[in-house]
Amino acid sequence: MSERPAQRPHVTLWRIFAVFGLIGATSFGGGVVAYLRAQLVTATAWLDDGEFLELLEVSQTLPGLNATNMAVLVGDKLRGVPGAIAGLIGMMLPGSLFIAMLGAAYATYGGTHVVTAVLGGVAAAAVGVMTAVTVQLGRKQLDRWSDLVLVALTLIAVSGFKLSLLTVLGTLGPVAVLLHWPHKARATGETRP
Amino acid sequence: MNDLSLLIRAFAVLSLLAVGGGSAILPEMKHVVVDQYHWITADDFDDIYSLGQMAPGPNMLMVSLIGDKVAGIVGGFAVLIAFFLPASVLTLVSGRLWEHFKAAPAREALRRGLAPITIGLMLSGAVSIARTAIDGWQTAAMAAVVLAILLWRSLNPLWLIAAAGLIGWLTLG
Repeated sequence: MSERPAQRPHVTLWRIFAVFGLIGATSFGGGVVAYLRAQLVTATAWLDDGEFLELLEVSQTLPGLNATNMAVLVGDKLRGVPGAIAGLIGMMLPGSLFIAMLGAAYATYGGTHVVTAVLGGVAAAAVGVMTAVTVQLGRKQLDRWSDLVLVALTLIAVSGFKLSLLTVLGTLGPVAVLLHWPHKARATGETRP
Repeated sequence: MNDLSLLIRAFAVLSLLAVGGGSAILPEMKHVVVDQYHWITADDFDDIYSLGQMAPGPNMLMVSLIGDKVAGIVGGFAVLIAFFLPASVLTLVSGRLWEHFKAAPAREALRRGLAPITIGLMLSGAVSIARTAIDGWQTAAMAAVVLAILLWRSLNPLWLIAAAGLIGWLTLG
């Protein structure tokens, strides 16, 4: 593990904006975590690997997207609230402009046979991509039978019974958290030789 | 209420419910914009989602196109802000609190407990797109091939998405 910088170098807001802007402009294909790590740990050394994983974990637990949550947390760490705003805008700006251009093209050519066919292909591939990402994440994060039961219950509740997300989070959420509540034995077990 | 304030309210709520990120919120978003408010059709939703897949950056920036379709360019901006700002502010505040509770057992329980629910929601996200996107053996085969390739090799999904667009153009068109 790389050593933790004792004093964080002063980073300008412009630099925060530029680094997240670069991530926002180059992270094609959805794998934003890899791009985040390449810039934040490898290129700028703003974070070491441990800090990166810790912030990523926070990003994943809180509502919102990983990419924008990371921009907010890292920006805040470097320069407080202004840093968070610079990171967030940098992260969102390139993709938003790109989407606006695609949207304008879609407004003009959408509904034509060719565009419908291309987007039909993309949507089919997107289903495969989403499933693959979910399976890969699941392999890493789920290690109990009760976890698989919770995955199935969530899927059935949302896709089968069309229950609202709030209902699902409000009922399954507390159960899931209680299932993972640490036992007293394990908490005190660390003191044993 | 007019469409603009309904849009802002709907996406602000979605923002705060987006535990587990973009894919996890998809079924609820599709339900709200298609079934509840009838702002766009299910096919429009899939098209807009597909456009989003081709862009860099956070994968839900395409929400601006939903706002744009309902209330013009102002709607696009409003939805973008409504969807990204509330969760970002919450992250800023909780990120600071989180630091104080580093050792709390509740923190680990919350993270590990939410993981399976997030995975379930992501699968539901795939199902909700698949319901309209998979409309025959060709599209089913494309999804299956993409899934198989990605589980077998680590590859930037953009190449597969671009290839699928091309194949769509050649075969479905």
